[in-house]
Amino acid sequence: MIYLDNSATTKPYQEVIDSFTQVSEKYYGNPSSIHRTGAAAERLLWRARQQAAELLDVKEEEIVFTSGGTEGNNTAIKGIALAHQKRGRHIITSCIEHPSVLEACRGLEGLGFSVTYLPVNHQGLVDPAAVEAAITEETILISIMHVNNELGTIQPVEEIGKIAKQYPKLHFHVDHVQGFGKVPMPLTNSGIDLCTISGHKIHGLKGTGLLYAKKGTHLFPLMHGGGQEQSIRSGTENLAGTVSLVKALRLILEEQQKGKQHLLDMKERLWSCLDKTKQVSINSPAGHAPHIINISVPGFKPEVLIHALSEKGYYISTKSACSSKNEDVSAVLAACGMPESKSSSALRISLSYHNQQREIEGFCKALGETLHQFSEVMG
Amino acid sequence: MEPIYLDHAATTPVHPEVTKAMLPVLQEVFGNPSSVHHFGRKARQIIDEARRIIAGSIHANEKEIVFTSGGTEADNLAVVGTAMANRDRGMHVITTQIEHHATLHAAEYLEKQGFEITYLPVGSEGKVSVEELESALRDDTVLVSIMAVNNETGMVQPIKEMGKVLKGHPAYFHTDAVQAYGLMDINVDDWNVDLLTASSHKINGPKAGGFLYMREGVQVSALQYGGQQERKRRPGTENVSGIKGFQRAVELAVENRSERQQKYADFKQTFLQKLRQENVQFVVNGIETETVPAIVNISFPGTNVEALLTNFDLSGVAASSGSACTAGSIEPSHVLSAMFGKGDDRTINSIRFSFGLANTKDNVEEAAGRVASIVNRLAE
Repeated sequence: MIYLDNSATTKPYQEVIDSFTQVSEKYYGNPSSIHRTGAAAERLLWRARQQAAELLDVKEEEIVFTSGGTEGNNTAIKGIALAHQKRGRHIITSCIEHPSVLEACRGLEGLGFSVTYLPVNHQGLVDPAAVEAAITEETILISIMHVNNELGTIQPVEEIGKIAKQYPKLHFHVDHVQGFGKVPMPLTNSGIDLCTISGHKIHGLKGTGLLYAKKGTHLFPLMHGGGQEQSIRSGTENLAGTVSLVKALRLILEEQQKGKQHLLDMKERLWSCLDKTKQVSINSPAGHAPHIINISVPGFKPEVLIHALSEKGYYISTKSACSSKNEDVSAVLAACGMPESKSSSALRISLSYHNQQREIEGFCKALGETLHQFSEVMG
Repeated sequence: MEPIYLDHAATTPVHPEVTKAMLPVLQEVFGNPSSVHHFGRKARQIIDEARRIIAGSIHANEKEIVFTSGGTEADNLAVVGTAMANRDRGMHVITTQIEHHATLHAAEYLEKQGFEITYLPVGSEGKVSVEELESALRDDTVLVSIMAVNNETGMVQPIKEMGKVLKGHPAYFHTDAVQAYGLMDINVDDWNVDLLTASSHKINGPKAGGFLYMREGVQVSALQYGGQQERKRRPGTENVSGIKGFQRAVELAVENRSERQQKYADFKQTFLQKLRQENVQFVVNGIETETVPAIVNISFPGTNVEALLTNFDLSGVAASSGSACTAGSIEPSHVLSAMFGKGDDRTINSIRFSFGLANTKDNVEEAAGRVASIVNRLAE
């Protein structure tokens, strides 16, 4: 079974599982308890926080451990909105964000906030000039993702960060869930105030994640309670999950160094075979994220192809696993101005550093055979 | 000296069976439950099975279980979520002075949103009165949130009687059952509750797991927005292995419930008896016969919490002054203050001991011996 759906979720590193089980067994104390069992847990939590900060090149107090990407995005967006609503009630985002960003923004519209959903060009790119033009006196937040989860488009967050810096009253949040470990994005001096990372997209565990919140960024918490995580995220800390997350952060960053060329080689191979397949048109912009290729096969129902490919042992997906409302049409592709023939026949192939060239070759062959079989049937 | 953990109400060790059940899921079943392919479907099956078993443990329907990242999130979803979704029906909420901070701070947030909150008092026995609840109820009450077992004293609250009182009233009834779940036989219909919170790490499951039971038809606004998971009431990729671990912990808790109840009751008696043998001056806070067997809260006259805990810890005994979630600070307990009045000595000389998986009759007796000699020295 060849898994090519690494943007939906990834297989955890064995080392990640090991640290999870070891910490679960040895450090079961509640970090808020003042006895030694609690203190040992608290020390380990602090060490994990230090390491995470070091790996991201930020300060310890800027790390907020969360239950995942959705919580990170909601904490950032709702947290800024509710804490700064006296200053202004306008938010800028794009129309191709992940549902956890889009729906959080829609929820805020219900509370009286106004949201600008910036359009994207046919490559799925947000125009930084459009971001700047959308800023008003009322703007408190810009939320733009780094790497789009369906297309792999890399947004110009560096330029948007420069713009954001000129408006000290507003905050800039980046959903880095798909980009982390694949496409570097320095945080220091970037103009980025908030950045969401998810564990299970980087071979960490589900239910883990972190939010970078730049020192001095005031957030209203989603949850009230014991005041853990600098009062931004109450609830007994998931120590084993947190330690395993930091392990995943470290390992994926190492792989990013070592495996960069391998990933690019696989993508290039995949690209060239897809490019040669006549029924296929490639939607992802060339030269963007090294791990995601989105294609359309007009005239073919995506589920049918996915099913046929899975029978041959290859697992890919239609679009984001998180959005299955309208059966076939991808809102992201539609926003890029693609006709329905393409936006309703999209498939996403997403790679990890652990895939092999021969798997890519096998996939290309399987796809070719499948299309050939169906073409014959359909005559 | 051998460390002895008597703080199971703060958190519990993960049961080896739980880790064993989680491992294959971590290693093999890594798919996203929302994916339509084989990997996704395998993960979905795990969640479906866990939901069925966990729903069964409180006699609920599986559709009524919303998995969360823990007790705090479930309490917030219950309190903030139902109040906000039903604010057009009324803006009065009833809770108590002895709730966990997850509930209390959620209620304080509602106050800022314009809600009126009644915090029911308790008497010196630490029990919320059914009559007080009845007289606090108003036409515009939309939510009543009362815990099933207090986390500091272990006092069982009269939830079933309160459920009867609320039967004819449209207000939703939420109970934070974090300290009850696993130890008490819970039937949501019998209790007549609409919402119920449970947490995994209090019953030897992994941390960052919990659920909110929501009776079918209860309206809540979600705290988070995103995908379609948990029928939009709690979006975010499901923590599949954590949910599996929680399921295993629930199975173990249900299987051995009466055996454990007996065992912990025995531990508590052993502990108290040893203190008496050693001529320790102490009073049990609350009504001993109305507490869960796993928790005992004891006042040691003439001592002080900080000195007690430091010395206990040095002797290897892990206990607590109350809720662990007040993040390290030793402030007088809000629960004991509600029972005895602010400034009462018992609010600063009481310790919670809580029994569980890490205990044997021998180590409980050993711990009691260490506690006795420390208290006798400090109280001189």
